[in-house]
Amino acid sequence: MKQFFIFVKKEFFHIWRDRRTLLILFGMPIVQVMIFGFALTNEVKNSKIGILDLSKDEATATLSQRISASQYFDLVENLKSSSDIDASFRKGDTKMVIVFPEHFRESLLHSNSVQIQLIADASDPNTATTLINYASAIINDYQDELMGETKLPYTITTQTRMLYNPQQKGAYNFVPGVMAMILMLVCTMMTSIAIVKEKETGTMEVLLVSPLKPIMVILAKAVPYLLLSIINIISILLLSVYVLDVPIAGSLALLMFTSILFIITSLSLGLLISSFTASQQTAMLISLMGLFMPTLLFSGFMFPIENMPLPLQVISNIVPAKWYYYIVKSVMIKGLGIEAIWHEVLILTGMTVFLLTVSIKKYNVRLA
Amino acid sequence: MTDEKVITAKALTKKFGDFIAVSSISFEVSKGEIFGFLGANGAGKTTAMRMLCGLSLPTSGEATVAGFDVYKESEKIKKNIGYMSQKFSLYEDLTVKENMRFYGGIYGLTDKRIKEKSQQVLADLHMEAEQNKLVKSLPLGWKQKLAFSVAIFHEPAIVFLDEPTGGVDPVTRREFWEMIYQAAQNGTTVFVTTHYMDEAEYCNRVSIMVDGRIEALDTPTNLKKQFDAASMDEVFLQLARKAVRQE
Repeated sequence: MKQFFIFVKKEFFHIWRDRRTLLILFGMPIVQVMIFGFALTNEVKNSKIGILDLSKDEATATLSQRISASQYFDLVENLKSSSDIDASFRKGDTKMVIVFPEHFRESLLHSNSVQIQLIADASDPNTATTLINYASAIINDYQDELMGETKLPYTITTQTRMLYNPQQKGAYNFVPGVMAMILMLVCTMMTSIAIVKEKETGTMEVLLVSPLKPIMVILAKAVPYLLLSIINIISILLLSVYVLDVPIAGSLALLMFTSILFIITSLSLGLLISSFTASQQTAMLISLMGLFMPTLLFSGFMFPIENMPLPLQVISNIVPAKWYYYIVKSVMIKGLGIEAIWHEVLILTGMTVFLLTVSIKKYNVRLA
Repeated sequence: MTDEKVITAKALTKKFGDFIAVSSISFEVSKGEIFGFLGANGAGKTTAMRMLCGLSLPTSGEATVAGFDVYKESEKIKKNIGYMSQKFSLYEDLTVKENMRFYGGIYGLTDKRIKEKSQQVLADLHMEAEQNKLVKSLPLGWKQKLAFSVAIFHEPAIVFLDEPTGGVDPVTRREFWEMIYQAAQNGTTVFVTTHYMDEAEYCNRVSIMVDGRIEALDTPTNLKKQFDAASMDEVFLQLARKAVRQE
């Protein structure tokens, strides 16, 4: 046991003295959460719009005012004629133009029907759709007010509730994703590199000639990264709760327990990679190409798995991050308990046992 | 040197599939002997050494190291040997002291013993001033001498040195061999592979491997007589030219 602690201490020296890696280890989670939280958001805020008001009456003034007052839109231009519309888009800043026809109020009051044209820059289709929806919602609200108590003979109104994430914040989606990604990266890549490094420098041979058991070498290599990853989880959670306002809806203990399970899965993957690679570069490439990309693509964090062709859906099942992502979403965002995720926890446990058995077996084989 | 045999090998063989890396080699090494293990690249030296260190199981034959069987007692063998690989075997990002602390620790030495021994090694190497420097900041010759001291830090019965002086200047090599002699005098058996024929002359006995077999085994003086050669270099060349196997 004493030998084990001496070994772990040595590993901490390695990590501590490699300042650049240390910075990546602790800086990466913070930077990623910040980038995803503030830069890569798919919420649309302060989009620049123009309004072409051809009737300039009380109703259009109210509507214009309401639209420009909303946080989603930023009225930058009052257009004079329809020929200005094209020019406005061509300048590149304008994302949407609202056109009120002539005699807006009169038509509305007398013929009970009037049209508003919403022209959006669909070179980014998602943003365009979102903007149109926001604008339509504001216009519908106004219409409802006008109608007041008078009910139309047949109307179906839909009532929408956005469960778990009423404000539809992007952070609810990516915090679990970033957690899965960081843990995968730190545990798998760092452990495999740390072990392969000893092979590369020749110290692994010396360790194998020593009375230390191979399993002890492997465990001692993994322990520091387990601790570092737990610190990373805590920092991600603190950031998401206090900076991004994403609350932890479920049990923190369950969240930590499943996270540690996933860390161990990633560590065993790292061990497996290190057992069949001989250079640090190879280990890094395999970790990045073989794990980082699939984690990004198949965890469901960026692209919905349900929309993928069947073969890809099947492949996504072997990506551990997919299951962890599901667990974190369920526990952290939806506040569900173990009864909702035991299935996924079982799958992760199975994967871990399998990976650990294979990699320890590979290590116990003598170097021959 | 006494008559006590610390390494014995009888018809030791290692095959990788159809390839016979080591073909039925037999030899004995006495306590306190400096045993040179020579051969061209690919002759099977490293494979033979790995079997003796318990890193690789022989395909057939028998061998004991420090009185323990290589098949069944590799754990006990490991406790009684030191090893210095041809690659540099210290941690460059640890200090001199931390390296000694680590290697002493994994061999189960007590803290007190590690402290005493560290002081002694530092004094012998005249490196007291460098004890808290990172190993990577030391010149290669110092590193190599330190690596040897660390390999015999736990006072093993046998130390295996795999091309320990590669890339080292002649003066340091000389000093390195003085350390080897010192260790042998203290009763440590030294099993050393090398490509430098002048170093072969320093050994008590030398074996030369060609294509997985031991083609010659005797003292340097007798070998030179046997092959009618002026130096070990000539002896080696005469034998190595017979090699069929390429690297």
